[in-house]
Amino acid sequence: MNNENLKFVIVGHVDHGKSTLIGRLLYDTNSLPEGKIEEIKQLCESLGKDIEFGYIMDHLEEERDQGITIDTAQTFFTTKKRDYVIIDAPGHVEFVKNMISGASQAEAAVLIVDAQEGVKEQTKRHSYILRMLGLSQVIVVINKMDIVDYDQKRFETVKKDLFNFLSNIKIKPSYVIPISAKNGDFIANKSGNMNWYQGLTLLEALDTFKTKENANEKPLRYVVQDVYSFDKRIIAGRVESGIIRKGDRIKVLPSGEETRVKSVEEYLKNVTEAESGKSIGITTEDKLFIDRGNVIVNSSDLPAITNRIKANVFWMDRIPFKKGESLRFRCATQEVNCAIEKINKVINSSTLALIAEDASEIKNREVANIVIRTDKPVVVENFNTMEELGRFVLGREDTCAGGIITELE
Amino acid sequence: MDHLDKLESQSVYIIREAYKQFKDIAVLWSIGKDSTTLMWLVRKAFYGNIPFHALHIDTGYKFKEIYEFRDEWSKKWCMKLVVGTNDGSIKAGMGPKEGDKLSCCGQLKTDALKQTIDKYRYKALLLGIRRDEHGIRAKERYFSPRNKQFEWDYKDQPPELWDQFKNQQHGEQHIRVHPLLHWTELDIWMYIQRENIPIVSLYFAKNRKRYRSIGCEPCCNPVDSEADTIDKIVEELKTTNIAERSGRAQDKERAYMMQKLRALGYM
Repeated sequence: MNNENLKFVIVGHVDHGKSTLIGRLLYDTNSLPEGKIEEIKQLCESLGKDIEFGYIMDHLEEERDQGITIDTAQTFFTTKKRDYVIIDAPGHVEFVKNMISGASQAEAAVLIVDAQEGVKEQTKRHSYILRMLGLSQVIVVINKMDIVDYDQKRFETVKKDLFNFLSNIKIKPSYVIPISAKNGDFIANKSGNMNWYQGLTLLEALDTFKTKENANEKPLRYVVQDVYSFDKRIIAGRVESGIIRKGDRIKVLPSGEETRVKSVEEYLKNVTEAESGKSIGITTEDKLFIDRGNVIVNSSDLPAITNRIKANVFWMDRIPFKKGESLRFRCATQEVNCAIEKINKVINSSTLALIAEDASEIKNREVANIVIRTDKPVVVENFNTMEELGRFVLGREDTCAGGIITELE
Repeated sequence: MDHLDKLESQSVYIIREAYKQFKDIAVLWSIGKDSTTLMWLVRKAFYGNIPFHALHIDTGYKFKEIYEFRDEWSKKWCMKLVVGTNDGSIKAGMGPKEGDKLSCCGQLKTDALKQTIDKYRYKALLLGIRRDEHGIRAKERYFSPRNKQFEWDYKDQPPELWDQFKNQQHGEQHIRVHPLLHWTELDIWMYIQRENIPIVSLYFAKNRKRYRSIGCEPCCNPVDSEADTIDKIVEELKTTNIAERSGRAQDKERAYMMQKLRALGYM
């Protein structure tokens, strides 16, 4: 059995058919538990509605009553090629923080647009968020083709309209597919309803995508999570990129102290190295002061150590940020207090319209280009060179913004 | 790293985060396959140690195999085992035959857990739930706050991205941490197979019946199965389309009961 597993998120405007598409994917790939369809049929009848695939995903009573997906739900299906995890992100404007939570875990995205309604507010906002999260494997599906009589002209109009917007934010979808989630056209099976479309089905298109590449080839970044002293002193952490090996000459940042890896520690195993993505432990030749938040490297290709960071942030808290407020900056396992020194630009995350320059506040769902000053130096990198140290969150009691580092000084 | 290595690493990372951020934590051990796998991962994360309480919420109605397994492995793995019971309700005669199942689960599980949290003042609890287990669980986050009444405000959960988890806990709130959230039932069994994790015998078929999900004896029904070894269970799961919890009475009694239980704080 092939254990490869690809996580993708389905995004788009509310009511454009995300939940229905998921229900259809599960149905067509024979992934529904026995009795589920019957259960949903009965439920829909008792509510006086026709059977809707969307109900498979909408498990909560409140949600069913309101007809909108509240939170990021995940579910599973399998094709001949591999396993898939679908993340269903809510299309309702109120739930954009949940959409971001879902999309941040995905390796690919399906952007769904209603053929009749065309491009709407959340279509654009979600596209922008995909761009910001660095998701480059994108499929556009133009849904509800049945409602527009499978009309090629309508498909082309919506596609053109969408592409006008996507090119502004530099998203290039890999595929654009006309579908009807309700009737099953071009989801798992080709359909005679649209002979003008000769492309792949949604499942075929998904099967062409790549799972997240491992970062073994990149320079080593070993991020310290904790230091244990059960039997001996072990520096626990995760290899965010590169490979850590016994005997490596290493440098601990931000202090810059150097030593060697004495051993790589995994419970009940004899290992001498750990690759990227691995949660592991090491011991060192010299007893240096090493603590949570430190970044261990082994080459001359170094991250920046700075207290001043230029970044784009997406604000996702109802309470706006007002200049002067202190926030917590969290990147990998580092956590320090910070101030936003300058808000260069604030833009509307859907229309991309400029709201203000040199602003003094950032409101919910706005994107801002800012300069952050941290209380203590942090070890960071540009998002485009090293995602793992180039993305961060800003927090009050809870996370209130996500950001990516665009420039370092 | 292969598929199971990746799952394992993510879980170890989460377990270590929870311990670092909250110190006063406990791991909930129902003795089922998921929470036993979780114990295995905790031991991996801390090099053979379980540096906090292992909590078994005991209704008194569990299978005898569960008690035997608990007593054997809690010793072998040097657990600091805490058994939480709602003595008041048990003395008053609460059980699956008294009243409805919702109030039985409510008193013997939820209230017992509330009392135990109150007693030891845990700030966070590790739980072995998985997203694919039941629809409602698909909405869970890795770190999920609960208030004193155990209510889960699923509509307004804090954002969770890039492994930056909720790390502040206030007042009477406690945080539920779910290190196995991204695993499937099949993943769990393949991992048990690979790692040779000890597991309660109830999961293996006897007289063509086995339990896929275990809890209290009166409320669990076995499914038809010939799978009497871990290898056969893995094979069976690759082909079945019967829901995992189909043998659990509490889920079937009425639609949405699971959600009700969950909103009331049942794990």
